[in-house]
Amino acid sequence: MHEMGIVQSILSASVEAAEKEGATKINEIRISVGDLTEIVEFALQFAFEALSPGTIAEGGTLTVNHVGASARCADCSTEFEHGRFEVQCPQCGSIATIPLTGRELTIDAIDIDEDESPDEESANPE
Amino acid sequence: MEIDIKKPILDRNERLAAENRSRFDENGVYVLDLMASPGAGKTSTILATIEALRDRYNIAVIEGDIASDVDAQKISAQGIPAVQINTGGACHLESDMIQRAIDTLDLAELDLIIVENVGNLVCPTEFYLGEDAKVMILSVPEGHDKPYKYPNIFALAEAVILNKYDTVSMFDFNEDEFRAVVKSLNPHAPVFAVSATKGEGVEAWTDWLSGRIEDARAQATRA
Repeated sequence: MHEMGIVQSILSASVEAAEKEGATKINEIRISVGDLTEIVEFALQFAFEALSPGTIAEGGTLTVNHVGASARCADCSTEFEHGRFEVQCPQCGSIATIPLTGRELTIDAIDIDEDESPDEESANPE
Repeated sequence: MEIDIKKPILDRNERLAAENRSRFDENGVYVLDLMASPGAGKTSTILATIEALRDRYNIAVIEGDIASDVDAQKISAQGIPAVQINTGGACHLESDMIQRAIDTLDLAELDLIIVENVGNLVCPTEFYLGEDAKVMILSVPEGHDKPYKYPNIFALAEAVILNKYDTVSMFDFNEDEFRAVVKSLNPHAPVFAVSATKGEGVEAWTDWLSGRIEDARAQATRA
């Protein structure tokens, strides 16, 4: 159950970044979670529901992008996707592999509502 | 409006871990993060490791537990500095806890710090503390199928200690299968069969560990 602390970190970093932009609300927080981490999305969502009320992220959504595991073979340079239990190079059988993806645990972006200032809105059309 | 953040979720933990790391580097201290289930024999393994290496290295131990200082007392009784961290319920150690613990140690006098993480096969794997290596202990009675159920800890450990090996004939423990699945998860990690309380197999493990300590020193001298 380390998801609680992880969501706490997600919220504090997101709220800090949002407030810097003068946001009044966070609509969405997008994160990436690698398949090789032991992070459970259900527990993340549960923690988000428990911890977001009272912050500007209340009522917003937490969107999780799951990233598959991949590696590059140090011997033959083949890049391959793999599951937890097969890190060996499928091409040459080498066990010298360099992990590429799968251990992500990052906040990618947030979607916010800014303070009502129509001038700025028209000056910066999305 | 969308704002790009692109920041590790555990940014604060990573930052403090990097601070710990530079303090260890400045003082030439090798740090081991020892992970296992409750009851696998972390403290016994630490005691056996101390016994084997205390003439060679100045050792200190950081004990992570939810509550109590029974483990730290066992270490202190051996005349080895021990700091107890009580997480008060948290299931793993984080780098800020290590930071507070090392503030109480004389790093300049130390060669090796062994961190005994909270007994747990899941949470400690996600938290870098600034250590040189994570090592995990599985005890024979826990069963040879643990790596299927808790793959991450076996995948991230730089070495695996198979403890309570003296009981292997009493349990339905398939050692070949255990070694094969550990290899599929983590082809580089050596597996040491050890009976920490009896001292059997400890030498191979402590030889590996002192090899790693010497490698780290040689690297530091070159840098």
